Amino acid sequence: MKKLTFASALLLVLGVILNSGLSVTSAMAAEKDGIMVMDAWSRARPGGSMMGGAFATIENKSDHPDRLVSVSSPVADKVQIHESVMQGGVMKMLERDEIVLSAGQKVMLKPGSFHVMLMGLKKDLTKGVEFPLTFHFERAGDITVKVHVKDAGAMGGMGKMKMN
Amino acid sequence: MNKLFAFLIAFFLLLSAVAVGLWAAGVFEPQEKASSSVILGVPQLGGSFTLVNQKGETVTDKSYRGKLMLIFFGYTNCPDVCPTEMQDIALTMQQLGDDAADVVPIFITVDPTRDTPEVMADFVSAFDPSLVGLSGTEKQIDDVKEKFRVYAEKVPGDDPNYYLVNHTSYTYLMGRDGKLITVFSYGTPPEKMAAKIREQL
Repeated sequence: MKKLTFASALLLVLGVILNSGLSVTSAMAAEKDGIMVMDAWSRARPGGSMMGGAFATIENKSDHPDRLVSVSSPVADKVQIHESVMQGGVMKMLERDEIVLSAGQKVMLKPGSFHVMLMGLKKDLTKGVEFPLTFHFERAGDITVKVHVKDAGAMGGMGKMKMN
Repeated sequence: MNKLFAFLIAFFLLLSAVAVGLWAAGVFEPQEKASSSVILGVPQLGGSFTLVNQKGETVTDKSYRGKLMLIFFGYTNCPDVCPTEMQDIALTMQQLGDDAADVVPIFITVDPTRDTPEVMADFVSAFDPSLVGLSGTEKQIDDVKEKFRVYAEKVPGDDPNYYLVNHTSYTYLMGRDGKLITVFSYGTPPEKMAAKIREQL
């Protein structure tokens, strides 16, 4: 009897863990027509900061190429696709019109590379805050994901993220 | 008498021609050569500065004498590169453990218009408690930028409020006497920076 109670308790705990895991996945990833946007995150910004950056992984699981043509979010006045480029010791952030994804290609938006530039923040990006971000693809259309705000100096790395 | 006068003119003409020749050959520049040999391969970067810390107090380079200074430049509205650098500096300080007490990490803004001491306080506190955030007047910032040969250029956007600032992203390690020890380029791993700092302690 005792064993049975233990087993059922274990099952219950397992069920809760699995469910919470699933809900995390559904909040952090979205797929449409073979285009998947996942692990969207951002860095906490000082209070009153006007600019922020968002990062995510985009994977084209379809057989067709697609293009990310713009990004939008209610938390910012203006949202652009940027790429950080080092030119002769000078770090520059250049605006990009698009990110092309060939069939099967995976692109990581990460620090020091491609990122979503949030200009004119309407909301303080403090650690733990979540906000929606919509990626507009030429073929797949709009994909909205929840962006999770991490530490001010976070470098991404979902594997290192603590499971709460 | 006329002959003597003509001879004197010819003499002075010859003398000045010789002087011009020597000058062109670089004979009269011994001082510069002597001072350049003093550099010994390390560029002359850094110097005195007067700025305002995140508490609103006026500080100078002499405020940090006796400790090593780890100086880098950026701006708080920079969402990508600067937080990455800040994080690397914070990790370097963590790696140093007890030795960190001998090092002052200093973040100097290249965007004094937006980066007031209050904004700097909020920004630096998010990374490491020992981080000093220095701002100042446009003139004070221009002066320190010039001394560290920092290039920074505002990039105007469609909206004047949302400008970005392209800037050089080096980290300068200064000795206890305020003189330059070495320069780290962007992306130097914290372990490497910590090891170099330890050599100086």
